[in-house]
Amino acid sequence: MTAIPVETLEQAPEPIVPGAPPPQPLAMDFWRGIADDNPVMIQMLGLCPTMAISNQVSNGLGMGAATLFVLVFSSLMISSLRKVIPNEVRLATYILVICTFVTIADLIMQAYSPLLSRTLGPFVPLIVVNCIILGRAEAFAGKVGPMRALADAFGQGFGFTLALLIMCTIREVIGSGTFLGFHLFGPHYEPQLFFIMPPGGFLSMGLMFLTMGWWGERKKAKLAGASK
Amino acid sequence: MTGHQHGGGAPATPTPDAGSSTARLLFTLAFFGALGGGILAYTYQKTLGPIRKFAGEKVEVAVKEVLGAPATLDTLYLVGDKLSKTLPQGADVLEATKVFIGYNGKGEQIGVAVEEFTPGFSSEVHLMVGFNPATTALTGFKVLSQTETPGLGDKIEKDPSFMTRFVGKLANPLKGTKSATTDASTVQTITGATISSKAVIKVINKAVGTWKPRLDAYAKESGK
Repeated sequence: MTAIPVETLEQAPEPIVPGAPPPQPLAMDFWRGIADDNPVMIQMLGLCPTMAISNQVSNGLGMGAATLFVLVFSSLMISSLRKVIPNEVRLATYILVICTFVTIADLIMQAYSPLLSRTLGPFVPLIVVNCIILGRAEAFAGKVGPMRALADAFGQGFGFTLALLIMCTIREVIGSGTFLGFHLFGPHYEPQLFFIMPPGGFLSMGLMFLTMGWWGERKKAKLAGASK
Repeated sequence: MTGHQHGGGAPATPTPDAGSSTARLLFTLAFFGALGGGILAYTYQKTLGPIRKFAGEKVEVAVKEVLGAPATLDTLYLVGDKLSKTLPQGADVLEATKVFIGYNGKGEQIGVAVEEFTPGFSSEVHLMVGFNPATTALTGFKVLSQTETPGLGDKIEKDPSFMTRFVGKLANPLKGTKSATTDASTVQTITGATISSKAVIKVINKAVGTWKPRLDAYAKESGK
């Protein structure tokens, strides 16, 4: 053998896992989750909890924090152990890891924030089946190093929280006339109860998606205009 | 050199070790199961204290609230279908059904507090109900747990003016109405939360209905 095979030269020192996301700076991994690839507004994942608990801003904060906790720790663990997890049982392993951290989050909430834990009810244990977390594990954390997985988990977690807060703010302000429990409009405001009920959730979500879609189209049109 | 076959081979094959042995698959799952179990056992132990403490405090606060700050409290336990001052040997104090009797500074009985529940609009409504067993007059109630519709049904817990509507009313039995009332055994329900309000009334009637006979029997027995 005289020449080094071409493939060896082209490939990075560490063989790239098929289907792995292209290399990007960490800041981009983080930012993607918040804007360009927001889990709720763009990927349309995690809509169930978004709809169910978004009638109060405090619920949104609690749910966002719990999801962020689970995302960060499960992504970190899955990414660190990705080389020892056999391909055939990766999904089962991911779910085991996710379940562990969800239960931890639930127990910690029950112990140190019992009131929030009571209002969120079953939706904290239900983070186990939140597609955002398994989705990130399968599409990202299982294929890249821990640093990128962490940046991505924080981005997706904050992105989810941001979407929740937008929904919660619309629904709590219009539906209860309060923000984080503080009365905004004085005693003469008649709260539009419709908004804290499920139909109000669908409407708020539709409005949010409409705004996001319009904004995305405008951005695209601007880019197209600039390149001409 | 022929050893480079898989280095530049078909990118479709995911990893060189595709097709791991069954033992390795089992080991991986068992390992993650055990690891998760271990972490959870530790977290459970660490959080059990605060969780139990909070549950205990919640009951104590609720009892004091529904009886209007009693000077002293007595606890009776339900043994079989009778009330007793003591639990039979080996019974778990935490698991036992209890009734709390509150006394004022002069040693007169203010009322009793019991825990009762019923299905509401979307959850079970658990209440601590305080009442005078002789007259069935209510001294108050406190929601221990509920997950009724936020903003509507949860007013049974979050709207303090709703609770005050019940104080002094007679549960013989208690009824609900949609308009304002001065009737001694009728209370006004919350607009938009009729079912949740009615659940509260139902719990109160259930509490008084099941506990008044027991308390009367106990009073008769201990009075002899």
